[in-house]
Amino acid sequence: MKIHEYQAKEILKKFNVRVPNGVPAFSREEALQAAGKIGFPCVIKAQIHAGGRGKGGGVKVSKSAADAQEIIDKIFGNPLITVQTGPQGKTVNRLLIEEAVDIQRELYVGIVIDRKTAQPVIMASTEGGMEIEEVARTTPEKIFKEYALPGFGMQNFQYNRLVSALKLKGESAKNGVKFLWSLYNVFRRTDASLVEVNPLVIISTGELVALDAKINFDDNALYRHPDFLELRDTSEEEPSELEASKYKLNYIRLDGNVGCMVNGAGLAMATMDIIKLQGGEPANFLDVGGIASSGTVANGFKILLSDPNVKAVLINIFGGIVRCDRVAWGIVDALQTLKTSIPVVVRLEGTNATEACKILAESPLNFNIASTLQEAAELAVEAANN
Amino acid sequence: MSILIDKNTRVLVQGITGKEGAFHTSKMLEYGTKIVGGVTPGKGGQKSEHGLPIFNSARDAVKATGANASVIFVPPKFAADAILEAGDAQLDVVVCISEGIPTQDMIKVSHILKNSKTRLIGPNCPGIISPGKSKIGIMPGFIHKEGTIGIVSRSGTLTYEAVHQVTQLGLGQSTCIGVGGDPIIGTTFIDLLPLFENDPETEAVILIGEIGGTAEEDAAEFIKKNFSKPVVAFIAGITAPPGRRMGHAGAIIAGGKGTAQEKIKVLKEAGIRIAESPAAIGTTLIEILR
Repeated sequence: MKIHEYQAKEILKKFNVRVPNGVPAFSREEALQAAGKIGFPCVIKAQIHAGGRGKGGGVKVSKSAADAQEIIDKIFGNPLITVQTGPQGKTVNRLLIEEAVDIQRELYVGIVIDRKTAQPVIMASTEGGMEIEEVARTTPEKIFKEYALPGFGMQNFQYNRLVSALKLKGESAKNGVKFLWSLYNVFRRTDASLVEVNPLVIISTGELVALDAKINFDDNALYRHPDFLELRDTSEEEPSELEASKYKLNYIRLDGNVGCMVNGAGLAMATMDIIKLQGGEPANFLDVGGIASSGTVANGFKILLSDPNVKAVLINIFGGIVRCDRVAWGIVDALQTLKTSIPVVVRLEGTNATEACKILAESPLNFNIASTLQEAAELAVEAANN
Repeated sequence: MSILIDKNTRVLVQGITGKEGAFHTSKMLEYGTKIVGGVTPGKGGQKSEHGLPIFNSARDAVKATGANASVIFVPPKFAADAILEAGDAQLDVVVCISEGIPTQDMIKVSHILKNSKTRLIGPNCPGIISPGKSKIGIMPGFIHKEGTIGIVSRSGTLTYEAVHQVTQLGLGQSTCIGVGGDPIIGTTFIDLLPLFENDPETEAVILIGEIGGTAEEDAAEFIKKNFSKPVVAFIAGITAPPGRRMGHAGAIIAGGKGTAQEKIKVLKEAGIRIAESPAAIGTTLIEILR
């Protein structure tokens, strides 16, 4: 689960990580008031779940109330386009108003789980403010890493090593160790999958301040943190994906015109791939899970057909535990209710596949029944392009 | 021969009294798997609906039945603990089907098991099957056929697709293992490849990967140096958008890393034959076996 910068900073504060004084605002009026309260100069930051906000024009320094009014009017309620939002951008419904701090140096710190060693790893770099992927590509020697010790976590000497790699001295070095220690605690205690502070800045007093903050939570661990659930901002999610998640369906909308409904994530990805190989473009990823009942099929259809780009639907079910004849009844039921004119290609394989094809063939509806995955993809792409 | 399990493998079901555990116990028994008992804390001394003895702990169950493997169907909140219990009971193979275990729990499990004899398969996986011998998992048994092709995969139904293609072409499988779709798993491709290398019955291997992580790249490196049998690989997700989790917790392109294109490139460089289409996994295998 992703959260906003201002929410991440609230959490950092609880763990004694210093962040700039700031106030979140949910309307233009609130934002202007907040700016007055913080004083000038202040920084106005668009709160959206995407990176690259600064370059996209979503972070501005305001020198006066008049200035703030202008910036707020420009950003609030309007789409912000960044490298991560796609060309349509994301509407800004929340702002964070913060005090401006005097920046001496900008650093980078991020904590993730290294899959190979199954350990949290702290990554630090002297190249703050830059995208860490970019640093990794161009100057990998400027990224320093420390892996937590299995069973024992991050040790003091590891914080010391990072701090000296970041060229922190004297009071800043001491503050640095404390900062990293606290940040690691945030990572561990919140079941985060990512904690990133970019930039981490050193101010003139030698103190370290988290100028930006990003926290992603492990969805599987959210049951341990019921208070985090209220941090979810559903307005950041694609409406059809949000709707799908209510039915416990795994749906991701893409740009193509061949809708697909598949049981299992790997097979769903492979089905998207074969559509592409046939010269088509998949409209979505949709995994209806192991239990493709008539209810899930009906809900899946509703979600698929809510995308106006969809010109054909490919259903690919490999029945293992789930019986294909049941799925077939589900498909017939769903389509009779939904009354769609969009061509539907069905490929059912596995348990009771023969009976299932008979059910589809004998139904009053017009299905394209494919006997192989290859044929299904060909038929679906052809139908979508007609 | 087969790897990890055979017809003598004695299996416990952890969570045998749950709906899923009970259902799949029936299916495994039907297939011929030697299931010797179940574990549900608090229900020790009772019998399962299949007439199998239930024990309060894995240790009790091992003592009474001589079990050497287990399969876990407990809810994700308790699954990590169930894995640790199986390890503590000195089982050789533990298959965890449960999906949704917190990553930090798996970090703990993975380090504790490193110092034990227990091999964990999964979590969030379909399990392992040696056709005609034993099935420990949730895969449909009937699509499999005894044979000489080893299959390793990060997926469930996509594995069934590959198995089906192999069977349709008249070949069969020695052992098929779904290693699971989570970021941290007990057994990876490079743990299994040496076992297939040493299994005289396995002639060739199908490797099914997907976006996210570096398991496929690691496998490529291993195969280049240490693997003598033919390998066909398919990587799912050439159309997957970056930054989005594609169903599996571990299937995500993060920071430009873990793309299918990159994995395919590395596998090709290691001399591994790629099935470009998921419909051509079987036929590509036939080509390299000729």
